Amino acid sequence: MNMNLLFVALIPLMGAALTAWVSRFGRMGSAWTAGGVTLLALLCLLPSAAAPFDGEVIVQRWPWIPGAGLDLAFRLDGLGLLFALMILGIGLLVILYARYYLSEHDCMGRFYAYLLLFMGSMLGIVLAENLILLLIFWEMTSLSSFLLISYWRGREDARTGARMALTVTGLGGLAMLGGFLLLGEIAGSYDLSVILTMGDVIRAHPLYTPMLVLILLGAFTKSAQFPFHFWLPHAMAAPTPVSAYLHSATLVKAGVFLLARLFPVLSGTPEWSWLVGGAGLTTLLIGAWFALFKHDLKGLLAYSTISHLGLITLLFGIGTPLAAVAGVFHIINHATFKASLFMAAGIIDHECGTRDMRRVNGLWRFMPYTGTLAMVAAASMAGVPLFNGFLSKEMFFAETATFFEEHAWGWLLALAVVIAGMLAVAYSLRFIHDVFFNGEPVDLPRTPHEPPFWMKAPVAVLVAICLLVGTLPAYTVAPLLQAASAGVLQAPLPGYDLAIWHGLGLPVLMSILALTGGLLIYAARRPLFALAARLEGRLDARAIYDWALGRTLDFAGAVTRRLDTGSLQRMLLFFMLSALTLGAIGFIGGGSSLTGPRVLLPVDGVSILIALVLVAVAIGTLILHRQRLTALIVMGALGLLIALIFVKFSAPDLALTQLTVEVVTIVLLLLALYFLPQQSPAESSRARRIRDLGVATLAGGGTAALTWAILSRPFDSISGYFLANSVPGGGGANVVNVILVDFRGFDTLGEITVLALAGLGIYAMLRELRLPGPTHDDAGRPWNWDAHPTIMAALARLLLPLALLVSVFIFLRGHNLPGGGFIAGLVTAVALIMQYLTNGVEWTHRRLSHDLHPLIGWGLLIGTLTGLASLIFGYPFLTSTFTHVHWPVVGEFELASAIAFDLGVYLVVVGATLLILVHLGLMHGASHPKQGIQQESR
Amino acid sequence: MLNLAVIIAFGLVSAALALTFWRLLRGPDQPDRILALDTLYVNAIALLVLLGIHLNSSLYFEAALLIAMMGFVGTVALCKYLLRGDIIE
Repeated sequence: MNMNLLFVALIPLMGAALTAWVSRFGRMGSAWTAGGVTLLALLCLLPSAAAPFDGEVIVQRWPWIPGAGLDLAFRLDGLGLLFALMILGIGLLVILYARYYLSEHDCMGRFYAYLLLFMGSMLGIVLAENLILLLIFWEMTSLSSFLLISYWRGREDARTGARMALTVTGLGGLAMLGGFLLLGEIAGSYDLSVILTMGDVIRAHPLYTPMLVLILLGAFTKSAQFPFHFWLPHAMAAPTPVSAYLHSATLVKAGVFLLARLFPVLSGTPEWSWLVGGAGLTTLLIGAWFALFKHDLKGLLAYSTISHLGLITLLFGIGTPLAAVAGVFHIINHATFKASLFMAAGIIDHECGTRDMRRVNGLWRFMPYTGTLAMVAAASMAGVPLFNGFLSKEMFFAETATFFEEHAWGWLLALAVVIAGMLAVAYSLRFIHDVFFNGEPVDLPRTPHEPPFWMKAPVAVLVAICLLVGTLPAYTVAPLLQAASAGVLQAPLPGYDLAIWHGLGLPVLMSILALTGGLLIYAARRPLFALAARLEGRLDARAIYDWALGRTLDFAGAVTRRLDTGSLQRMLLFFMLSALTLGAIGFIGGGSSLTGPRVLLPVDGVSILIALVLVAVAIGTLILHRQRLTALIVMGALGLLIALIFVKFSAPDLALTQLTVEVVTIVLLLLALYFLPQQSPAESSRARRIRDLGVATLAGGGTAALTWAILSRPFDSISGYFLANSVPGGGGANVVNVILVDFRGFDTLGEITVLALAGLGIYAMLRELRLPGPTHDDAGRPWNWDAHPTIMAALARLLLPLALLVSVFIFLRGHNLPGGGFIAGLVTAVALIMQYLTNGVEWTHRRLSHDLHPLIGWGLLIGTLTGLASLIFGYPFLTSTFTHVHWPVVGEFELASAIAFDLGVYLVVVGATLLILVHLGLMHGASHPKQGIQQESR
Repeated sequence: MLNLAVIIAFGLVSAALALTFWRLLRGPDQPDRILALDTLYVNAIALLVLLGIHLNSSLYFEAALLIAMMGFVGTVALCKYLLRGDIIE
């Protein structure tokens, strides 16, 4: 079965990790890898690329979470193909460009890894067949664009811009999830193939309007439509290659892609026209207006991007098939000229050290080649004939002209569009004239010169496309445009003509008006700039955003403060009281007796004694709990008793675990106690203590009664299934271990991952932390001078091999008898900790690598690979298998694949436990000043 | 005969257990408590071995083995704390 579409999306995602890893071996390695990965994805796409041109739609699917109706389903039609080609093609150019753009201080591996992550997510969006899958990729683009925008994480504006982009697009994504769920419910399926055929049903449904609004919220936030446009200019804090990629062909196009994708289903209603058309028109005008007055080169391009996105949205909003074709055409053209313009702006920034158009002037003398390229691209943006922007703008004008003829108020639209056209010409002109002419450069940090050839090459490629499409549309873009439009409309295409000259008519008149008007506006720019400067800050969406965010945070804070006063006692009180109330209601309402019909088992004297001692020690702990060390010792005894009880009730696995965990806990708490007061202060008043005692007694008594009620009744648990299937299914007689590594192996994998993360997190927090500890003990005596008593040290060294032997023994027999990777891991960790205790860190580190990260990494890797191995053999993830082999001396020996998984568990447990304990121990800084002197004198 | 011996031994070890707990709670000093905890480990080992003999099963011996090892480490850690405060240095 063909699965190339899945790989098109997966290859960049997996390549991201590879790229990050390769950057260890040199800066250029990651650039080459990123380029290679992109090419590979492109090659993967090619076998299917011919089908959309014949009007075919390729759908490939694999079950993923069939229980939730979620398949890994991908589709390729003309629209998907167009976007995939743009994402991969412009992606390649951006990768080449960024290799020359990034400076020595920027980490290349991180940049390319983020870029590939983003590329993979974007490809997922355009190729997804399932709406929920589409949404997952959608959210992934929000996250990966956050990483890209905040790439220069040392800069405050980059962090703010990234956070704003994430907040706005994340909120939109949430709304879109709601819209998709509604759409899926209305259509009865989340598959686009089904949904796209059900336009009439969906439009007639009573939930159409809320669904439309929710989905549009997602599309508008992503495509920076008014009033959500404000995040885009702030995202300009990203490195220019990122802007060139995100704001030309990819991120912001995801919103218009969604409009195009759902066009046959959602369009054709007044709601659609008003919402989409209205937002598009407003955005078109506002973007064009602000673009003219930005002195920052990238700011100008950012607002022009907003304006062009508005144009595309408006075209989809008009809703006729021809308008949709024009929209698709403008998506192509905008991607090419805007990407090249951003790259040109990046070159200028790179060479001049600033992007301020009041200072960057007269660059023509310094960089004529870059100037020529920028001029062509800007002309295309302005809609000058013979460049590709002209063609789609002409189609746009033609659509509004038709609208003008058909609707009474259509002239307003036509007028607004012409004004936007004038502004577009004016800001394009400003980009070229201000930067390349307009006098001499003012006070530049660097002397500009032409960039390296390969930095201009991507711009040249894009500009060449602009020219070719602009002059020979029928021989270049026509087939792709046709296929893509067919993909959008899912219906026969309307007749259209890609010729440059359509004869005299309203569209041509509008074009001429826009060009001359733009020239005039630019000529009269000085008074306009003065006006804009006075208006600046009057209507700042950023301020509204900040205000809304601040109020939300204040509100959330107020709610939290009401609920969480920081008093543990209070929280516990509420918790206990509600549990008591609910329990009491159940007891009173039930009407059955407390004691069930089961015959009670006989009790022996030792058990009674242990139970009594347990009660006594628990009460003792309560009384002694303010003396922390004493409480710790007594709790160690409690743990031992509980282990004995586990043994008595035939749970040796639990007993072994309890015993090892107990010791690790003692060591952990001792390490922490060193830095803490030795006595807990009394915090509650006497009356409060009595009240708490009452509540605690009631709660404990209630729990005891509940346990009694359950245990004295016949009770069927799920354990019967595991007991019956442990040997035939998992190949092990130790049910506990088989459950851990086989039946619930996936849970265990999750748990060791959490353990590994916790270990690494604690390491990261403690790494640089140095705390002063007390120089005297609790009673004021100085610490003993002998850090590592010789007898103890020698004895502990002897113990190490024995302990390791026990650990191996417990590990190997774990599958059939009590034991397993977790306990064995703890035993090994404790045995090694013993060396740290008695021989010291320095001695141990001379003999044992103190870099535990590889150990944890290998453990996780082994665990995951064991699971994946079963996938290769066609079984579900983490299915275990076993066989019996005959060893010469040992005899019959069972070999289960689960033992490899258990090895993973073992390694993670050893690594994480040691990492945490040793680094807690290394925290002390100036506490033992004498020790250093003594060591030197020894 | 063996059964009787095992039962008497159960009784004696249990009594020792109870007395050790008294020492654990009474103290009066921290070394007393640590010693009590260590003795408690010994008592627990004895109880487990006795249980194994009584039920004619070797399943309990691993637990006894682990208590022997882990108890030692626990005692060392507590003692080190009293002597030096910082146990991993």
